[in-house]
Amino acid sequence: MAASLAFEGVTKRYDSTRALAGIDLAIEPGSFVALVGASGSGKSTLLKTINRLVEPTEGRVLLDGQDVAASDPTAMRRTTGYVFQRIGLFPHMSVAENIAIGPRLVGEKLGEDRIGELLSLVDLDPAMAGRLPEELSGGQQQRVGVARALAGNPSLLLMDEPFGALDPVTRDALGTRVRDLHEKLDLTTIMVTHDMAEALILADRVLVMDGGRIVADETPQALSRGKGGEVAQELVAVPRHQAEKLKGLEG
Amino acid sequence: MSGVWDALTGLGDVLAQHVILAACAIGLGIAVALPLAVWASRSQAVSRGALGFASLVQTIPALALLALFFPILLSLRAVFGEGLPTLGFLPALLALSLYALLPILRNAVTAQANLDPGVIEAANGVGMSFWQRLRLVEAPLAAPYVMAGIRTAAVWTIGAATLSTTIGQPSLGDPIFAGLQTQNWSLVLAGCIASAGLAIVADALLGTIEAGFRRRDRRLWLGGAIAVAAGVAAAFVSQVDWSRDDGRETIVIGTKQFSEQLILGRLVGEQLEDAGYDVEYREGLGSAVVAQAVANGSIDIYFDYTGTIWANQMKRTDNPGRDAMYEAIVKWEREVQGTRVLGKLGFENAYAFAMREDRARELGIRSIEDLARAAPRLVAGGDPEWFERPEWFAVRDAYGLNFSNERNFSPTFMYNALRSGDADVISAYTSDGRIAADNLVILEDPREALPSYDTLIILSPERANDERLIAALRPLLGSIDVKAMREANFSVDRTDGNKKTPREAARWLAEEVGLE
Repeated sequence: MAASLAFEGVTKRYDSTRALAGIDLAIEPGSFVALVGASGSGKSTLLKTINRLVEPTEGRVLLDGQDVAASDPTAMRRTTGYVFQRIGLFPHMSVAENIAIGPRLVGEKLGEDRIGELLSLVDLDPAMAGRLPEELSGGQQQRVGVARALAGNPSLLLMDEPFGALDPVTRDALGTRVRDLHEKLDLTTIMVTHDMAEALILADRVLVMDGGRIVADETPQALSRGKGGEVAQELVAVPRHQAEKLKGLEG
Repeated sequence: MSGVWDALTGLGDVLAQHVILAACAIGLGIAVALPLAVWASRSQAVSRGALGFASLVQTIPALALLALFFPILLSLRAVFGEGLPTLGFLPALLALSLYALLPILRNAVTAQANLDPGVIEAANGVGMSFWQRLRLVEAPLAAPYVMAGIRTAAVWTIGAATLSTTIGQPSLGDPIFAGLQTQNWSLVLAGCIASAGLAIVADALLGTIEAGFRRRDRRLWLGGAIAVAAGVAAAFVSQVDWSRDDGRETIVIGTKQFSEQLILGRLVGEQLEDAGYDVEYREGLGSAVVAQAVANGSIDIYFDYTGTIWANQMKRTDNPGRDAMYEAIVKWEREVQGTRVLGKLGFENAYAFAMREDRARELGIRSIEDLARAAPRLVAGGDPEWFERPEWFAVRDAYGLNFSNERNFSPTFMYNALRSGDADVISAYTSDGRIAADNLVILEDPREALPSYDTLIILSPERANDERLIAALRPLLGSIDVKAMREANFSVDRTDGNKKTPREAARWLAEEVGLE
């Protein structure tokens, strides 16, 4: 079952700066939501309030109707997939051990079949299970990162710039793969990205953030038709301009 | 070289004690440093504070750090009771552990600070608890760096542990210090070789463990760890006393750092063994340490000199004359220290000015009065205490002494300096064998500015009324004249082939003065 999320007046202050300025938001089960914005807009901070890597100064986050502040953060994180730009595979553990780490924390052993299945899900050869992370390419490493996030059968997948460090071809392929898995595994997915094209292509709801606020909340179709206001349209203008230029080259 | 080899083969016992001391100190250092490093990784303030403290400790010379634990532990007796040892293993262990702290702590903190932040984020992101993150991620990734720190600490500690001899803990410093005092270079060399060899072996084995951690090679690090554990275990086993308790009482004899004290220690020790006691020796203790140690019962017997007690412990600067001084000291030891002055051994080891006979004749110097006239052209040598002592101030002021230069030497090197001409006159000791051997003259003291230095046997408060012990010691009182003592001292201090060990000299002395 995909998870539902709700934010109620979520605010985060660091000393003098305000990273989040009272976010109110509801996310339907099964949605694929992209959080887009410039660096410092608060998109990563908002994502991390969900699995409590960031604690809000005010307000609360509800996961399936439960305040996450009342949950045990470690238990909650074990059932929430988390993929991020720096990948963070444990260098002293094999691919299989990395994938199995979440279940291992609660004393469960992940079978060889299940690891092979998870590797297949992210288009990796199950024979890679015994390798160390340093033997893999960046793209392969992030695929393992996604497999690790899925190992605990999550209903919620959080991704913080997941494809930011990958080459464009890998990026496109892995993005498409994750979108398929979102459908197949019945997930609610939140993806932070600064790349509007990626958001428009993968998500079915795009939230544009600026200065700790949500300044646009539209479908990709509405954004491409010019809705969402100035900040959102500045971001949409970049891929549109690129697309037009490419079109011009063809013509 | 055969002398060095013979000396090396006799080091088994102190080697084992050295291994035990170093291993315990490093173990304690690890036990303190690792939790501190984990805490430091969670708190900037703790990190700065802990590293700052460890660096500060490191700036204290190891010898001073060891010595400092004596007064510290003495004051802690108020908390832990009179049973707290102030000499020997405990202070050596504590000082060396503090010394071992810095390299382990610094490497552990650095390793944690340099962990990939992505890995830490992932550890939190997959839902690891504090302990899971420490055990599954931080510890294995930091292990090679921590091991490198332990390696450094081990080499330092094994080297510094030689200094624990000065606070009464047997170690490989024993042959080094004993050899330095008696100019037995084979013994010094053997101690150095053993200590350096031990450090090299420890470094290699710990290096194997480090390499095992780095390559994640279980066989390698486990092998190294087993070898280290086996070495330490062997040292412990060798120190277990397998013999059944024989019901003999053990007497601990403390001595200071020069030949005469070592000889007297052995002389009394053998007398007591003949009387049915077991004897332990704490040799090479500092002057202040040994006096405190007997007062608090860490040792049972030691030898001191009236002038030393008068000036160093009673802080008196006057000179009431020989008998009055002795009476005052007996009273002071009884009332203030609780110790018992059993009596005088019979000879004095007083400070006096000594010159080479040819040089004295050439300058026409026979007394300190003559010396005062020539002093502005002369260099004076003294042991490290001399130019700070009230005797020096007294004699300087009495005669108006004003040397062109005053230099400090260890007692052994002081005589060498006189021979080589680096010093024209030295603060010699009247019982010193080298006075006759080096053809030295003692300058007369017509104004009686230098106090008496009768040699005393002093007993700890617990032994003050031990009639059996006192009966065993009584034949020694008044038995040793200065000529016999000089000869015994010289037999240990001489550097030619007829050199004796303190024990051999003690046996000769016992026979000479008719104790056996």
